[in-house]
Order: sequence, then C-alpha cells, then structure tokens
Amino acid sequence: MRSVISIILLAVIAVGIGLSLDHVPFGEPKTKVGTHYIDKGREETGATNIVTSVVLNYRGFDTLGEVTVLFVAATGLGAVLATRRKKEKRQIEPASLVLFTGCRFLFPLILLYGTYIFIHGHLTPGGGFQGGAIIASAFVLVYLGCRGRRISETGSKTIESLGGLAFIIIGLVGLAVGGHYFLSNYLPKGELNTLFSAGVIPIIYIAIGFKVGSELAGVIDHLVEESE
Amino acid sequence: MIILVSFLIILMLVTAIAALIFKDLMSAVIASCMVSLIAAILFYFLQAPDVAMAEASIGAALVTAVFIVAIRRTKRYEE
Repeated sequence: MRSVISIILLAVIAVGIGLSLDHVPFGEPKTKVGTHYIDKGREETGATNIVTSVVLNYRGFDTLGEVTVLFVAATGLGAVLATRRKKEKRQIEPASLVLFTGCRFLFPLILLYGTYIFIHGHLTPGGGFQGGAIIASAFVLVYLGCRGRRISETGSKTIESLGGLAFIIIGLVGLAVGGHYFLSNYLPKGELNTLFSAGVIPIIYIAIGFKVGSELAGVIDHLVEESE
Repeated sequence: MIILVSFLIILMLVTAIAALIFKDLMSAVIASCMVSLIAAILFYFLQAPDVAMAEASIGAALVTAVFIVAIRRTKRYEE
C-alpha cells in the first residue's frame, strides 16, 4: 500500500516537473553571458578549455567556496572518526600476488594520469578536481593491493593546507596587483594552446589538484583505518 | 548513435533498479557503480568530458570504495 502511494506521488511529481520544463527550449542560449564566454573566453583568459576559463577565471570565487566545502567535509569526517587507538600490529591478510603486482604496476601510471589532467586543465578537459579524484583513486588501489601501507597523515595534511593557502595567496596577490577584484588574472596570458599560458589558471589548478587529491586520499585513509 | 544512447539509458535504468532490489549489498554497490559509469559515458556523448571525468572518478571509484568499506564494517546482507 505504501509503495503504491509513493509510486503515485513520484508520478505526480514527475508529471509536474515534465510539464513545467516543457515550455523551456532545450539547449538554446537563454542568457547573453554564455555566448560571451564562448566568443570572448579565449582572448580574455588565454585558456583553451572554456570550462576552465569559467571555473577559475570568471567564477573563481565560487571555486574557492567549493574547495572550502570539500575541506569542511574532510575535516568533519576526520573529527568524527578521530580515534586515538593503540597502533597495535594487526595481522592483515596479504593480497594475492596478481593483485599486488597489478597495483604496484598501475599506481604510478594512475598518478601520472591524474597529474597530467590537472596540469593540462586549461588545455584539455579535466582540471584540479578531476585530477585530484583520480589521484585519490590511485591510493584506493594501494589500500586494496598493498595492505598495511598507509599514507602519512601529517604529509597529506601539510599538502592540503599548502594547496589551499596557495589558492588564497594567489587570489589576494591578484587583488593587490592585478585588477580590482579577487583572483584576477594578473600573469601574462602567453600563447594560446601552450602549457605555459593562461596566467594564473594552471598554477591555481595545480594547487587545487594537490589539495583535492590529498583530501580525498585522507578521507579514504580515515575510513579504511576505522574499518580495520 | 541514437540506438547506442538508448541502449545505454535502458541499461542505466536496469542497473539502477537492480541496485534497489539486490539483497546482497555488495552487488547493489557494484550496480550503482555501473550506473555512474554509464552516466559518465552518456556525459561524454553529450560533449561534457569534464563532467564525465568527474563522474567516472568520483561516482564510480571513490564512492564505491567508501561504500565497500562501510559494508565491510557492517553487514553484507539485507534482511
């Protein structure tokens, strides 16, 4: 009975959303700002990837908020799971040879891929968040294959703090030197489609990549440690 | 192209329903991981490779890892 009612309720909500979205034209530009980003984005920011130019240049302050949200989430998880337990050596069942060898072989490649993605964030798809998540998934692989290995907690905390600090300091320098707003692009734009272009964008993305990667790896580390 | 996309959407719906139905929570987590992977492929077809990358790495890899750790900590089978 309850499931029937919930299905009917869901159907009513779906029909309501469908009817209200019916009049909105799909895929057509509804505001002028989107076409401005597409037309002028390259000249104004120097980044070939328009998504990156929006995320870090036009809407850089929002990205700072996102990074802060992630930081608060990771810190909250650390506070909830912080158990000062005796570090007794528990007998951990070792992974099989195939898994161990595969992890050892794949770990540097995945790290390299993640690093490539966040360094080339202004040229190719991807960026700091994606690259950081890929790096964290490399650490998941390590916990799967080489059990008993742990990342250093102080190391990950230091990298995380330095990444966040670099982001804010670059933004504040932009406020002082460049234009009259936070996170303005004050370095030379360089030549389009080269690695050293787009001013501060690659530097901020590298900082975000390190920060997100160490943060998510720390989250996984906390959870794995708690479950053993 | 349209056939491939329709097939992927139907597969995504099937895996999403399977994730709800499975009593074995490990299978349910793997099914939800598949939903994320198919969503990533669809994002790529919609010409949003940035979102596809985020969906594949976070939705398919990290969230699955977190759920599996949680299952190891609690019970594997739902009553």
